Amino acid sequence: MSDVVEKTLSALPSLLSLDSQAGAGKLSPSSKLGNLIKGITELTSKHEEETLIKKELESIKEQVASPNTTMRQMKEIMVRAIYCEMLGYQASFSYIHAIKLAQQGSVLEKRVGYLAVSLFLNETDEFLLLLVNTVLKDLQSTNLIEVCMALTVVSQMFPKDMIPAILPVVEEKLTHPKEIIRRKAVLALYKFYLIAPNQVQHIHSKFRKALCDKDPGVMTASLHIYLQLIKENPESYKDLTGSMVTILRQVVGGKLPLDFNYHSVPAPWLQIQLLRILAYLGKEDQGTSEMMYDVLEESLRRAEMNHNITYAILFECVKTIYTVHPKSQLLEKAAECIGNFVLSPKINLKYLGLKALTYVVQQDANLALPHQMTIIECLDHSDVIIKRETLELLFRITNAQNVTVIVEKMLEFLRLTCDDYSTIDLVGKVAELTMNSVFSLGGDVMQPDIPNNFLRLLAEGVDNVEDRQLRLFAVDSYVSLLQGETAKLPQRFLQVISWVLGEYSYLREEESDPGSVMRLLARLLDQRHTSTETRSWVLGAMTKLCSSPVSVALARDVCERYLYSGSLNTVLRQKAQELMILSQDTKLRARVLPAEGRLESPEVDSSLSFLDGYVSDALAAGAAPYKSPHQRQEDLVQEKALSLEPYGLSLPVSLSSCSITDRRSPTLLSMSSGLSGNSTELSHQEGSTTLKLEGVKRVWGKDGYLAQQQSAGETPTPLVELPSPLLSPQSPPSQKPSSGLEPDQEKRQLASSLFVGLGSHNSVCLVRLPSTVWLFIKNCQSANQSNVVKSLFKPFYINSCQSKNHGSFVKVSGIFAARKSCQTDDSCCFPPQISCISGSPLKEVKGHSVSVCLHTVVMKRASVQVELAGLLSYQRPLGQPQAAQFSLSLSLKHFLRPLTVSTGDYGKMWLSFSHDLKQNLRLVTTEHQEPLTATLDALKGKLHLHVVDIIGSEGIVACRLLQGPGQGQPCLLHCRVHADSLAVWLRSPVPELPDSLLYHCQKALTET
Amino acid sequence: MIKAILIFNNHGKPRLSKFYEHYSEDTEQQIIRETFHLVSKRDENVCNFLEGGMLIGGSENKLIYRHYATLYFVFCVDSSESELGILDLIQVFVETLDKCFENVCELDLIFHVDKVHNILAEMVMGGMVLETNMNEIITQVDAQNKMEKSEVRL
Repeated sequence: MSDVVEKTLSALPSLLSLDSQAGAGKLSPSSKLGNLIKGITELTSKHEEETLIKKELESIKEQVASPNTTMRQMKEIMVRAIYCEMLGYQASFSYIHAIKLAQQGSVLEKRVGYLAVSLFLNETDEFLLLLVNTVLKDLQSTNLIEVCMALTVVSQMFPKDMIPAILPVVEEKLTHPKEIIRRKAVLALYKFYLIAPNQVQHIHSKFRKALCDKDPGVMTASLHIYLQLIKENPESYKDLTGSMVTILRQVVGGKLPLDFNYHSVPAPWLQIQLLRILAYLGKEDQGTSEMMYDVLEESLRRAEMNHNITYAILFECVKTIYTVHPKSQLLEKAAECIGNFVLSPKINLKYLGLKALTYVVQQDANLALPHQMTIIECLDHSDVIIKRETLELLFRITNAQNVTVIVEKMLEFLRLTCDDYSTIDLVGKVAELTMNSVFSLGGDVMQPDIPNNFLRLLAEGVDNVEDRQLRLFAVDSYVSLLQGETAKLPQRFLQVISWVLGEYSYLREEESDPGSVMRLLARLLDQRHTSTETRSWVLGAMTKLCSSPVSVALARDVCERYLYSGSLNTVLRQKAQELMILSQDTKLRARVLPAEGRLESPEVDSSLSFLDGYVSDALAAGAAPYKSPHQRQEDLVQEKALSLEPYGLSLPVSLSSCSITDRRSPTLLSMSSGLSGNSTELSHQEGSTTLKLEGVKRVWGKDGYLAQQQSAGETPTPLVELPSPLLSPQSPPSQKPSSGLEPDQEKRQLASSLFVGLGSHNSVCLVRLPSTVWLFIKNCQSANQSNVVKSLFKPFYINSCQSKNHGSFVKVSGIFAARKSCQTDDSCCFPPQISCISGSPLKEVKGHSVSVCLHTVVMKRASVQVELAGLLSYQRPLGQPQAAQFSLSLSLKHFLRPLTVSTGDYGKMWLSFSHDLKQNLRLVTTEHQEPLTATLDALKGKLHLHVVDIIGSEGIVACRLLQGPGQGQPCLLHCRVHADSLAVWLRSPVPELPDSLLYHCQKALTET
Repeated sequence: MIKAILIFNNHGKPRLSKFYEHYSEDTEQQIIRETFHLVSKRDENVCNFLEGGMLIGGSENKLIYRHYATLYFVFCVDSSESELGILDLIQVFVETLDKCFENVCELDLIFHVDKVHNILAEMVMGGMVLETNMNEIITQVDAQNKMEKSEVRL
């Protein structure tokens, strides 16, 4: 069937080519709509379209205003107006006429009138009031079609206030003899329920009647209502479970009339709806769930995989099984079903399989284990939607041990994607995953700008939904962290937590009592290990939060302790004093901390003009005029012969350190505000300034994350390039020979790093970070160290070959990080195609340190791709030796270098080379460049080729394959634009090179 | 709930747009443009689902589309709709159009916008799926057409 449709539709371009004989058959030549459309199709620019439509609208306007226009003509005019509106041009003058048409036309004209009204207007339009009487009249009409039209328009849009006027008539229709009317009435009432739930409360019993209607269509319509009602309040509808189960059993058992079959599946949409309702009913309710096990099993069994729509039922069934109270036997079957989805070659099913998996791993992360390899493949899928769904899945199974790899995969995706939505979504997730683990691990040793960057990520940006969600998530996760044991959290992390809570706690206010966050913060103050600086951050947060009576009382309590129990720290006393004053004076608080002002960034008057009055007073009183530090220093130098360099410098330095990043630190703030004598106001002003750091990239995850890599260790061991006997191509000193690796070794490797920690022994540490943070810390102290080392062991970076300075090698460097002292050594084994020139052996790695090793490899024989594998063995001071495998795939393009030759030399070389290959490649087209130039540029950028010359439609290109310092095998390319493709002729002295290079050229061009 | 149903051709020219939720005129046009932009750059061999248009409501909603020769049929729905269910609904819609117009083509949609809307109204009412059975939909549409003929005769 769809084939037929496609065929007919594919014949269209010829129809539209506007000789219009074919099209003319479909409409009368004199038709004005016909002329309009003909005119539009002939246009070439948006501007012309605008002019034409303007003209058309003018003519429509004239016609509708004319008293001679009949209703019949009006109908035709309305269709034209609909067309103009669809193209985005307002025809507001015609709205009133559309209403008139609906009011006065015959049935057919009325229909167009109603249609135009429903397309032009919305619920809030005042014009609609003019329609109420017409709708009422039509609802009571004896003509079924008129009643249907009225019900349709009512369900599309109806002014909320006018619902009572027509409600009784619509209700009456629930008992109408015609089922189509009953069905539409049910949906109209559902719509009323959605826009004004209070007004239809009294007819809930009538909904039940609709559910029991003898016509299955009416019953189906009523399920829309019940799905919504049950979703909102499952408790009140538990008694319906029995009926729903019975209905589903009858449907599945084929008791409905054959009319309801779709591709011989009984009422599939109805089944889907019922399964959803059952999911809501059975959720967290064992008794109710038990009632539906049988029918769920039957649904699974009956839905044989034979048509798209049965997959829809299966998917819904699986979701329901995983939502209701679990029954192991059913879960098993459902898991099997998910497996079929995931493994399906049909991409839609694969997508749904991943989605189902994402849903179920939240309950049991082990379910992902059987599908490891499929998931890895999906990560590299050509469809971004599949990729994104896979990342979503990985996000759910993140735990302490695989967080590094998963975040890396996300960042990889981020770099490639250009679509705003997924970027925002993913940045949020990366931030979620990294922030907690990074903060709790890296803690105090990390550089101060990392938390600042993170806070900026939270604070920056428009106040849209995604940002709010991220903030809310941060607040929620921090609150739950604080509810646990806080003693081990790094101070800096606690500071970040307090700032976030101070700033964004209001986001969760509606769901919890306002005092709870305050109490948590107060508890933090009570703990001994909290440092003074952290305390001042906490007090700052409390200042922002003390808006409700509960929190004011709490705040006072805290302040009193600080002020009277004699804390010696002046900064804390200062903060406490501020808080005290604010908590006592409601008016002042309202002025200083306006509730709605928190999102705007206040303007900071950097010229300090508000102090002008104070300054002039002081000057009048005889104070010395202000001199800048610079001036003062010069004065000093002039006054005294002695150089005061060390002292003189300290002043500007401390001032500059008080710049944007440090402005966040309340310690510094209070000092400066204390000096200014205008403390509360200034500190608030500073405190809620949204951070605006120009010139710093927003991708916090990337920068922050990578920076952490380095900061985790104090100093990397210096790189020494030494030829090492260990690294000669021998079999490694382990029991597992790692040469001759299978091609999917890398994928396995990735799989093992992604799914590490999902095994049975680790079933406690499922996902979601606040809890993982703890596990990670615990793991570090317990015996389970090998996993920690493995997860910190970052798969290799390729120090790629773009840099010309060391252009003669491909450098492979690995970073090994260890948190506890352990001994490592490594050995790399190379398959025959590549050989290793030099490398540095790894030495002992102390606690918290990073060690870098460097190897140089070259490709002996050209091939498309080579695998590099090795073994890292390491030993803890008192433990057994252990080993971790790694592998890395290197492609030919890592080994290619531009070959700079003159056109003359090129010609000579060309003739001397024996191995050649010809192929047509696709041309890259861009707006600014010739196709040939664009294509060669793309190749140059991606494969490091050298473009020797471009003459007309031909271009010559050269490159060489690295084989050691100063050596290399050349390959020459001759490219010619032929029709729409690029005819490429490759020549080289080496037989394999042209072939492998061509493969990469093809790949590079299809990716562009 | 179905939020919007859009039909446009390979060049992004709208052929039908029906919104079941209120958006401003400008937003509607933006949604059409953005949807076309998202859908048209996808290959033929990728899945028929898309998430994450910024305009039509973010993560809650998804686009489900089918591409027939010169036309894209796009349904924008919220999380309460089944992806595969909607995919088949689009098929039912297209098959119904094909029956009603006897080999439907793009021009039919252009010149009979009102009829297409009427057919759609028998399938989806106020954003809810009303009828999924093609024969039932055609019966309803035919009843209305009969009336049209009798009126023309008058």
